[in-house]
Formats: sequence, structure tokens, C-alpha cells
Amino acid sequence: MSAYEPVLLRRLGKKECQSIAGYRADGGYKTLERVLREMTPDQVTTQVKDSGLRGRGGAGFPTGLKWTFLPKGHPGPVYLCVNCDESEPCTFNNRVLIENDPHQVIEGIILASYAIRAKTAYFYVRYEYGFGTRQIQKAIDEAYEAGILGNKILGTDYSLDIFVHRGAAAYICGEETGLIESLEGKRAWPRIKPPFPAIEGAFRKPTIVNNPETLANVVHIMDRGIEWFKSLGVPPDPKNPRDAGSYGPKLYCVSGHVNKPGIVELPMGVTLRELVDKHGGGVWKGRKAKGAIPGGNSMGVIPESEFDIPLDFNGPGTVKALGLGTAAVTVFDEETSIVDVLYNLCRFFAHESCGQCTPCREGTGWMLKIVERIRNGQGRREDLDILEEVADRIGIMPGTTICGLADGAGWPVKTAIRKFRPEFESYLKEGTRGGVRLKMAGAH
Amino acid sequence: MSHPHTPVSSRNLPPIPGPLSAEIRGQILALWPRYPSKQAVTLPALHLVQDSLRCVPNWAVEEIADILDLSPAEVHDTMSFYGFFRTEADRLGVKRLWVCRSLACSLRGADELLEKTAALLGVPVGGTTADGAITLELAECLGACEGAPACMIDDEHVHDICDMTKMTELVTRLKQSSANKH
Repeated sequence: MSAYEPVLLRRLGKKECQSIAGYRADGGYKTLERVLREMTPDQVTTQVKDSGLRGRGGAGFPTGLKWTFLPKGHPGPVYLCVNCDESEPCTFNNRVLIENDPHQVIEGIILASYAIRAKTAYFYVRYEYGFGTRQIQKAIDEAYEAGILGNKILGTDYSLDIFVHRGAAAYICGEETGLIESLEGKRAWPRIKPPFPAIEGAFRKPTIVNNPETLANVVHIMDRGIEWFKSLGVPPDPKNPRDAGSYGPKLYCVSGHVNKPGIVELPMGVTLRELVDKHGGGVWKGRKAKGAIPGGNSMGVIPESEFDIPLDFNGPGTVKALGLGTAAVTVFDEETSIVDVLYNLCRFFAHESCGQCTPCREGTGWMLKIVERIRNGQGRREDLDILEEVADRIGIMPGTTICGLADGAGWPVKTAIRKFRPEFESYLKEGTRGGVRLKMAGAH
Repeated sequence: MSHPHTPVSSRNLPPIPGPLSAEIRGQILALWPRYPSKQAVTLPALHLVQDSLRCVPNWAVEEIADILDLSPAEVHDTMSFYGFFRTEADRLGVKRLWVCRSLACSLRGADELLEKTAALLGVPVGGTTADGAITLELAECLGACEGAPACMIDDEHVHDICDMTKMTELVTRLKQSSANKH
């Protein structure tokens, strides 16, 4: 197979990759101009829907289908919220996009806004991306100056404003209704759904929430067409009637105990093993991998023996991980204690639970305390079963919470215990090897 | 939600006098047309105030509420949800140094880096050095995992702070630049 030529990251590292002049010299905004002149909003929605594009933020919901949920003939306003909160640990693909090629994201925002008939788009970006925020703001200013944003874009009848809105370091703002509440100036407590944002979202108006990588894909779907998009990736798994296929390119982040942590763009469906060995430069220090999280903390933990799964929307589920998530792979080596890894994951969710739903607020805290107890050598025999029970009972799937944060908190616990139980048991039996509290072993 | 930091009131700081400057008030007012509700300006207004004063004093909460037609309790409710904003007694130093402790960073020594940085600065995590130069914070994923362990100054990632030698250099640099500001 010939080497894949990146599309979303094709301008990375090029001179002038951030400026409007550079973007236009590379053919940027030509697609937008053609679409605004030749296509109706509904035709854009149909093309995106038929391409099979699924949201790159974590849940993988079909993007075009989401757009069709907007009420027909609504008098407006309709809003687009760009979800650049990207707080899933080990994930930085959107940061790379906005820092290096902000105009590609803006072209995607305008195309999507046109399709959904929005006249205002809010770019919600996490506080931690200060450099990226300034790149996006600069690009927006350039676009206004060039007549690509504002009134009568490129001389057509379509007008759009984009406003940047900064978060304040809270993971929950990446949940789409938490984001909307935060945008409205309130605490970022997710809303009970339905109504979904497409019916009642920001400022109680129909709203679409999309991720920057998803929107960047829209540019290329409108430019290169459905056939091109579907020529990349993986068709639906016939064994899974709920799989809608995983088409198109994907940005994969690789971090942790690999020689070359970084980001790589590949057609959907690369195996975790290829990602680690080939694109991540293999496991560091000549060691072997013990396991990895396949797509951000929320997806759970899998052992090295399962590294042959394809990283598409269907693959991680085949080994009972939660899903593809953000396609951010973090590897830990054979010298790392699984107890330490789980402790880190539980600590994250206990810190970031927004506190609205009791099962999540208390459950994430309980799980952390129990794992901490095990880690300190005071674990009890029944602890593993208690952990699994708590993990199984918190979340939107068991129906006890409003949003999926608790599912994401439970999955690492369930998968770690189910897939690495012997190590937990021997740790429980042997304690902390002479009372010394272990650190992240692999760090040394 | 809030960071487990200890207020460092022992710094004995003089109160920050109000009201908000005409410049900040103007910047807040200029945001109105962006949103269909004034309340949506809450978060940007809190950012503007904290960027300028290194905290959001109670009188500023009241003033923001007044500008946005809200009750001070509503502004405070939003402000306190994000562990990010500081009260006057707990105001930030000249620079805010964040050390990430999420998985990708922890696997590359972040917990130790954070612990040793706290010892180097002589403050608990969340605390501010006696000279008011640096506030140390922990972060849950800065989104810079390819450069783990990741650090950030205010809102810009700093790269290559992989060990205490590099961290000591960084701290020295920050202290010098803040001394020059005084």
C-alpha cells in the first residue's frame, strides 16, 4: 500500500500555513466560494450526510444526520457552536489544527453554518489553548477583512459572524449541553436530553455543536466529493447492525511510553499496533507495552494482546472498550503498574465530575478512594468487586446520570479490573512490596 | 471541581481598590452585541477582570452583575464553578505555572515534577510564592501530550520542561521577569 498523503494536515509546517494569504495560495476558500454560489444549504447537508462523516469529538454521531434534526423552516436564529473544548486527556488533534491551519477550520465553520442556516457561530475553546485561540482570532480577523466573514460573504447573500468564547479549565464544558450552559454564562451543568440542542440549544434556540476536526472534514467532502471520502476508512461491520461505518481521514494522537509521541493523519481503521510500532516509533527504552487507552481516558484500558483492533468507530467495542473516543492512544510499558494507571484515571474523573448528579459526584470519589487504598497497600479482598459494581451503576447507560462523564469514569475501572485482574489480585495480596508507595514505575 | 489549593493569606496583601477601570468596563460592554443575552458575557467578563487584577474581588463580582443585569449571586455561582477564578485573598502571582498530571504526563514523570516544583517554590500546589512571582497549579490535561510532561505559563504551553534542571531554569527566569515588573 502506498503511503497515505495527509489531507487535514497537508499544510502543517508549511511557510504561511496560518495566514489567509498562504491558505488562499493553496486553494483555500475556493470550495466555499463555489458552494455559496452553486449549492443550496440542503444540498450541502445532503452531501455531508451521504458521505457518512461521523463526529470526531468522541461519540461518532453522523454529522449530516445531526444537521437534519433542526426544525424545518425555523424562523431562526439557529446557532453553530464549535466545540474546541478538547479536554479529553491525551487528546490534542484540534489544538494542532487551530494552531497550524486555522483557516481550514474557519472554512469548515462557514460551510456548516451555511448548511444549517446559522448567522452566528460561537467558537468555544478551552482556556489552555492560548496560542491556538490567538491564531483562530487572528484568522477570523483576516477573514472579516477579506470579506469572507461578516455581511454578504464573498458578494453572496449569505452572512455569518464568528465569535471566540474562552472556557475556564473545566472538562465538563466539552459535553455539548455543558458547553451551551457555559456559553450562556452559567455553571457548565449538562442538560437533560431531550430536547437535544438541535431543537433547543444555545439561548433556547436550535443549535448544532460540532468539533473542529469534523468541520475541517466538511471542507474536503465539499471539495473532493463523497466518493473520495468513502474511499478512505472502513465500511460498516456486517456483524454489528448499529455500526454506520468509519469513513474518511482521522487524526490520531499517540503519547505515553512511545519513542515518538505525536499526531498522525491516517485513513480510519489503522490498528492500534501499527499506530504504536510504526507511527509512534515503538515502545520506549526497548521495553514491551503492557497496555494502552485506545481513545482518551473515557474509553477504558486494553492489554497489549488486544492491540490488533482497528481504530475505527467499531473496533474498540469488539474488545469491550467503550469506543473510539477521540482516537488518542496512550501507551504504558510493562514496568508500569496497572494500579498506578487506574489511580491516575480515577483521579482525573473525581476531579472533573461537575457535581450535578449524585451517582457521578459520589461514585467517582468512591472509586478514587478505593483505588488509592489498594495502591497504598490497604486494599481489601472485596474492593475489586465493589469497584466494578460502582462503575457499572454510574452513567447515562445505566440511566443514573444526565451526561456521559460517569460512563467515561466507569469504563477505565471496569476494563482495568476485567482485563488485568490477576495483577490487581497479586497487588492486593502482596501489598506495596515492603510498604514503599510505588510511583509511576515507567517514569523512572 | 475546584482545585484543592490552600489559600495563602499569609502574604498579607493590601486590598485591591475598586471600581473597575473605564477600560475594563468598556471591554465588557463591547461584548454585549456578540450574544443574545447579557448573562453570556459573564465568563468573558470574569476573564477580563482576572487578567487585569489576578483575581476577581467581591466588589468586581458586584460590578459585573450590575453591568450585566444579574444578581451578584448568579455571577458568583458561575465564577465558583470554575476552580479557575481566584478570590481577592487568594489572588494569583505575576505568573501562573501549570504542571499537567494527566495520564500521558504522569507516565513521563509529571507527579514527581509537580511535587518537586512545589518543594522548589516552597508552596503547596495552588499556592503563591512569598514574593508574589509565581502561583503553582496542577492541570488535568493541557492538551500538549506529545511534549509530556507538559507545563503552561498563564495560557501558553512551555515545551521541554522534562526535568528539575529545566524547571529550575524556568522558575529563575519567571522570578527575574516578575522582579523587573515591580
